[in-house]
Amino acid sequence: MTKIKSLDELRQKKQQLEQSLEIREKSDHPESMIQIKVAMATCGIAAGARTVMNALVEKIRNEKIPAVVTQTGCMGYCYAEPTIEVKKPGQDPVVFSYVDVKKAEEIIDKYIRNNELIDGILPANYQTI
Amino acid sequence: MNDLALHLLDIVQNSLSAGASLITITVDEDLIKNKLSMAVKDNGRGMTQEQVKKLSDPFFTSRTTRRVGLGVPLFRQTAEQSGGSLEVTSEPGKGTLLSVHFQYDHLDRPPLGDIPNAVVLMMSANPHVDFEYKYSYNGKSYEIDTFQLKEVLGDTPLSDLHVMGMIEEMIKTNQSDLKVCPIQ
Repeated sequence: MTKIKSLDELRQKKQQLEQSLEIREKSDHPESMIQIKVAMATCGIAAGARTVMNALVEKIRNEKIPAVVTQTGCMGYCYAEPTIEVKKPGQDPVVFSYVDVKKAEEIIDKYIRNNELIDGILPANYQTI
Repeated sequence: MNDLALHLLDIVQNSLSAGASLITITVDEDLIKNKLSMAVKDNGRGMTQEQVKKLSDPFFTSRTTRRVGLGVPLFRQTAEQSGGSLEVTSEPGKGTLLSVHFQYDHLDRPPLGDIPNAVVLMMSANPHVDFEYKYSYNGKSYEIDTFQLKEVLGDTPLSDLHVMGMIEEMIKTNQSDLKVCPIQ
């Protein structure tokens, strides 16, 4: 792969990408995609949130999952960092705790792909009737 | 925090929660002067003199989710343990400038870490905020900003994961080129 150095090269590369249809049109409509928020305040970063975010980005990119990864601040679960919130379109968000690279992959494989709930979900959106 | 890139990610979160729309990050490695400097400047809501004074107090925070605020105190401690300092200047309504200096060859200075990755993560996770990034190495520098990137990318959002990888690679190539000694 040739290295990208200038903005012109970036432009060319982007056009190639668009032609190969790797970039989804959906990216413009985040609400129709799975949204993953990585908690990245001091507590999250110190506990390894960046490694988790990079792992998520890589897996999503390689496996072409329709998801966007963004950052959020501290949700008050400092003891359980790194935490990530996964919001599937039309569903309530789910917060996973103590996420590491392995767990991040498990979340994608089990929850995102198969809707299977796994250990370590924080009752962040707990509702009473 | 294992490296300075993580501190940078953390400090930029403060700018984001201050409602900044433009964040300028500078990293300057100057081996000749034996100095390493980093700065984060934003146009967020800023702080009063009182708040600036309290910044280094770990038990001061503006947030309500928890009672401690460790980002700036930890960064200051890291700077001071490696023969450096951290300064914050801020004005309500105008924004904040945080600058930090390290003695380059100090044994306790943490490694710089993967700054391009940190910058790209910030850019892609906050597409509505503009970032300017300037990296200098012994006086030679490389600059990139989201205004240029957004123009090049057109309709493709910065948060696209393929684009992220390309931008990261571009920044890394340019940065490592700065470190190449020209043949005299």
